Amino acid sequence: MRLRSRPQQPPPTAAPVPRGPVPILAVRKLVKTYGHGDAAVHALAGPVDADGVEQGVDLTVHQGDFVAIMGSSGSGKSTLMNILGCLDAPTSGRYLLDGIDVGHLDEHQLSLVRNRKIGFIFQSFNLVPRTTALAQVELPLAYAGVKAAERRRRAMAALTLVGLADRADHRPNELSGGQQQRVAVARALVTSPAMLLADEPTGNLDSRSTDDVLAIVDRLNAAGRTIVLITHEDEVARHAKRVVRLVDGQIYEDIRQAPLQGLPPALQDPVEFASHTLHVGHVRAHANGGDR
Amino acid sequence: MNPFQTLRFAFGGLAANKVRSGLTMLGILIGVAAVILLLAVGNGSSQAVKDAIQALGTNALTVSSGSGSGSSTATVVKPLTVDDARALADTSQAPDIKGVAPEVSTSQTAIYQGTSHTVSSVVGTYPAYFEASNSKVDKGDYFSDDDVLNSRKVAVIGSTTATDLFGTASPIGKVITLGGTPFTVVGELATKGGTGFQDPDDTVIAPLPTVQNAFTGFSGSISQILVEATTADATTSATNEITTILMGQHSITSPSAVDFRVSSQTSLLTTRTSTDQTFTVLLGAVAAISLLVGGIGITNIMLVTVTERTREIGIRKAIGAPKGVILSQFLAESTLLSLVGGGLGVAAALIGAHFKIVGIKPVVIPESVYGAFGIAVAIGLFFGSYPASRAASLRPIEALRHE
Repeated sequence: MRLRSRPQQPPPTAAPVPRGPVPILAVRKLVKTYGHGDAAVHALAGPVDADGVEQGVDLTVHQGDFVAIMGSSGSGKSTLMNILGCLDAPTSGRYLLDGIDVGHLDEHQLSLVRNRKIGFIFQSFNLVPRTTALAQVELPLAYAGVKAAERRRRAMAALTLVGLADRADHRPNELSGGQQQRVAVARALVTSPAMLLADEPTGNLDSRSTDDVLAIVDRLNAAGRTIVLITHEDEVARHAKRVVRLVDGQIYEDIRQAPLQGLPPALQDPVEFASHTLHVGHVRAHANGGDR
Repeated sequence: MNPFQTLRFAFGGLAANKVRSGLTMLGILIGVAAVILLLAVGNGSSQAVKDAIQALGTNALTVSSGSGSGSSTATVVKPLTVDDARALADTSQAPDIKGVAPEVSTSQTAIYQGTSHTVSSVVGTYPAYFEASNSKVDKGDYFSDDDVLNSRKVAVIGSTTATDLFGTASPIGKVITLGGTPFTVVGELATKGGTGFQDPDDTVIAPLPTVQNAFTGFSGSISQILVEATTADATTSATNEITTILMGQHSITSPSAVDFRVSSQTSLLTTRTSTDQTFTVLLGAVAAISLLVGGIGITNIMLVTVTERTREIGIRKAIGAPKGVILSQFLAESTLLSLVGGGLGVAAALIGAHFKIVGIKPVVIPESVYGAFGIAVAIGLFFGSYPASRAASLRPIEALRHE
């Protein structure tokens, strides 16, 4: 509620943005139904026309955007996320990722798409057990067939970017939750994917680690990386340039909080942004800390 | 993903569950070691029998009294006599016979300076016996035809008998008391080695009339006649000559009514070898089953691993691992299990083959080593392929949701 009442936010604009180049992500008439007949669950349906036919969900995301997909549980946001991540196939509808029609790809091509086009960040970190942070970040590059030396260089660069260069040889069980998630972010961005797909990235983190991770995501977006983030927390969503709200399998509202071009909200005026933090408890302490 | 990396992941996966991996390897280890070792034992026993029979002499034929193996219709059995042996020694009638040695045998207690030893085989014979039975003198000399003619109380003793009576001292020239009769030891035989049934080195060989005088009496009958054929190939014709001559000697007209038996060492050898082959195949089959069980152990443990690591598989798929990489990773793990297990099994078997097993010195068959190792690796691939393909075909979304 407070999110939309803030006066300094630009007025909400309707999506999709009518712009020239090929969108990173374009979803047309997407429907996902689990089960059959009476027992069918319509996870993603979109508006229903007069004849009761599901029109499906339409969504377009452009290069450089930072989209938060919000919704309560059962709203279809996880289903949408799985389809966007090429982990699941839609019942009907088209999905174009960076100009590629994903629906026509076979298993092997899908694994290539996941490797090259998408960087995943999961709620439960999902690091490979018993593997050092460096090897963890090298893994997608290894699957892409990058040579060892190049792999090491790029993985170290990604770890440096998330501030974990000194933890390169630590295994997941030797890292805190926030550090694990930062390794996951490094792993997601190391292949320079077209889109970073984050599913509740801060859901398992304390507020301090949440800020750390979101700060990295903000910086990545400022550097031009496209980010699609799924969350149910307003505090997380207010970092996004655009908020898409899902209710009962259809898009309920689509609000632009910051222009597509330019910095994400958190970096436009950091002090002001921090003062409006929704974190309970260490609000002031953190805001003061952020001033310096 | 290069093969080296796949292998490193496989090592990591196995190292994560050391006890489990170790136990699975143990299954393959035991299987491979059992196959190699049991085949080696089978082979060793047949080798030992072959050697023992060869030591008796492959051109040797034994003529013994009796109505044969049931096929003979002889009603009266005439015992073999020295005259029969003499008739066989006639080279004009039996050109394929090189030497003839009539034998009488008994068992006596030998005493030397208070040391007593029961000799299982005291043989009275002619000097031709030594060559026909492939007995060579190690120390001293054989007794001579002259000794036989004069019934001298001389003896050639086996190595076991010599050790038991004299210890390490040389027995040559010493006098032993055999069943109350003093014998001068003139020679000691070289060790032949045991077949496991009866020690051929526990023997005393003396001139025929001397033994008859002292123990068996001059009834004229002898236990058997040892005949040496000119060559190993001539044993068949020699057998025919013996049969013809002895039928004449015993006044037998029908070959189906003979009262003696001619057996050759080669026939014995063939029988024993085929028995041993059956034995070896049986041992190998038992061992192969244990190898198979080891393979099933691999499948089992890999299935557990796949289930346990479903989530990890999901993560790997989400970050772009193609199906082939997942497949090869799990295949590499199972093959590594069988490879290491098989390798250790070969090592264990080769070490184990240095020890005597139930009195048999195992002789490792080289083919069984390659075969067992190869089969173990193939088993790893084969039994690992089902869990691996199950892992590879997991849907990423379901694998990720797996708890």
